[in-house]
Amino acid sequence: MAPDPAIVASGLRRSFGEVEAVRGVDLSIARGEIYGFLGPNGAGKSTCVRMLTTLITPTAGSAVVAGHDVATDADAVRLRIGVALQDASLDPKQTGRELLLLHARLYGLTRPEAEQRLEDMRRLVDIGDALDRRVGTYSGGMTRRLDLAVALVHNPEVLFLDEPTTGLDPVSRAKVWDEVRYVNDELGTTIFLTTQYLEEADELADRVGIISDGLLVAEGTPEELKRRIGADVITVDVDGPGQAAVDALEGTSGVSSVHELDDSVQVVTDDGAGLVGAVVVTLHDAGITVRNISVRRPTLDDVFLEMTGAHL
Amino acid sequence: MTDGVGRVDGVDVVEVTDALEVADGVRSAAPIVARRAGLIADVRTVGLRALRGLLRDPEAVVPPLIVGAFFYLINIGTLQVISEASAGVVDYKAFQLPTALIFGTTGLSRAASLVTDIQSGYFDRLLLTPVRRPALLLGLLVADFTLGIAVTVPIIVFAMAIGVSFATGVLGVLALVLMVAFWSMGFAGISYAVALKTGSAAAVNSTFLIFFPFAFLTTSSLPKEALTGWLAAIVSWNPVTYVLAGQRALVSGEWGSIDLLWGVLAIGGVSVVSLSMAGAALRGRVKRG
Repeated sequence: MAPDPAIVASGLRRSFGEVEAVRGVDLSIARGEIYGFLGPNGAGKSTCVRMLTTLITPTAGSAVVAGHDVATDADAVRLRIGVALQDASLDPKQTGRELLLLHARLYGLTRPEAEQRLEDMRRLVDIGDALDRRVGTYSGGMTRRLDLAVALVHNPEVLFLDEPTTGLDPVSRAKVWDEVRYVNDELGTTIFLTTQYLEEADELADRVGIISDGLLVAEGTPEELKRRIGADVITVDVDGPGQAAVDALEGTSGVSSVHELDDSVQVVTDDGAGLVGAVVVTLHDAGITVRNISVRRPTLDDVFLEMTGAHL
Repeated sequence: MTDGVGRVDGVDVVEVTDALEVADGVRSAAPIVARRAGLIADVRTVGLRALRGLLRDPEAVVPPLIVGAFFYLINIGTLQVISEASAGVVDYKAFQLPTALIFGTTGLSRAASLVTDIQSGYFDRLLLTPVRRPALLLGLLVADFTLGIAVTVPIIVFAMAIGVSFATGVLGVLALVLMVAFWSMGFAGISYAVALKTGSAAAVNSTFLIFFPFAFLTTSSLPKEALTGWLAAIVSWNPVTYVLAGQRALVSGEWGSIDLLWGVLAIGGVSVVSLSMAGAALRGRVKRG
């Protein structure tokens, strides 16, 4: 028998007054999985995380995390989850060591256990001597890594990471990715990762869910999602307004979908190489000058555009 | 990964038992058991953090000390002669010591750091742990109590250095320190109520306005018998009048003084009201609905 999923949500809804931020989200995330949760600002991503981590209760629907209901058994959920919220909110006047010990103690660890975990976390997040410095002196990357360590200090079954690399330089981002992979591969921790970086989801997530306007509009492995929108993407840079090009290409044989993007147009098709010529001819006949044209494989960014009509 | 899930000594626990399977030791060799620590342990943990913050925050201690000492010296300089000559005060330095302590400690709190936690998101971070919610307030009050002592002791030492003696002896000094610390902690509830309700530093700062009627519409400068008109009428309604009288009983009176009892009751009354407000604001802040 397959083990219970780490996270199950059914018809999850949350309203704030008249505004319905989440409008019925269903999730089933297996133990040991990395699940990437994508969405633009205001899509309902953070509200979902706040419900799943017990900070707020759902208006309707239900969610079970690590085997416990987030609404009726919140304390049991809190014992089993670790959370690194957006912006790495840590007390800048405490040292890294003090913060790790403080959180270990709040999870009921004895002093020796807490000291042991502190050493474990020191090895995991590569902070070294900085643990004895005040957090206010840390770089952004170090703060995020300490944040991850704080979230892991009690050995949670499920780890929620809310935009863990936003604002980090590429080197720091890569380090956080390595640590996330390590936590998942070696410790078996289920990871629920929200991000605005499609590259991050592509790199880390086993499966991706895309939320838009409070609804889950697509879900699958990154490869499945890319295949779902078509085999190739043709990007055409044109002179003049892109909308005219969109109008010209819509309905062209072989075109699955077409979107305007800044001063270019993206055409999704099953046969990019075969359609390039027809695209150029169609635009030429419509009096539109093509400055550049290229064919590539779809990315999650294309999936996001297809599903939500917007880019992240 | 295998998990043992159950209850030990009445608390929900999660035991991770695959520790030795991980080669490089990032997971502990001993099983880690996450559990609720209990209210007292949580208060201790939150309180220790607040105390560390206090030690790294000299601006929390130094200004109140200066305020207390400043008013002590100014009031003695301006009112000692006239008070002792015509207001029936025997030793004005002793009379003014409780006023200096009230001025120095009323409104002291870690409410500003609580606002910082709320605004930075660290308060939410704490709510994600199994910490007992009352501990988030009680831990701060422990720090406030300590801060009250830290401000009170130097002012008392200074007063004794300039000739104030305690009719109730060393125990009286100790009782005065505790009385002031409890007053400081009790009054702090107002700042916490505002901090938790609004999450606004400006709103917390504005609670300082409450200090003025409490501290000045009372017997801070002269005994009640020397006051006239509306001020004489209003001081009877100000709990600080009774707190000051109780403290003065410890300095110049005797252990059996009824003023001491009224002073303790006044501190208790103000504390019940302000801490109830803070408790209600905390419940509102942590409400998940």
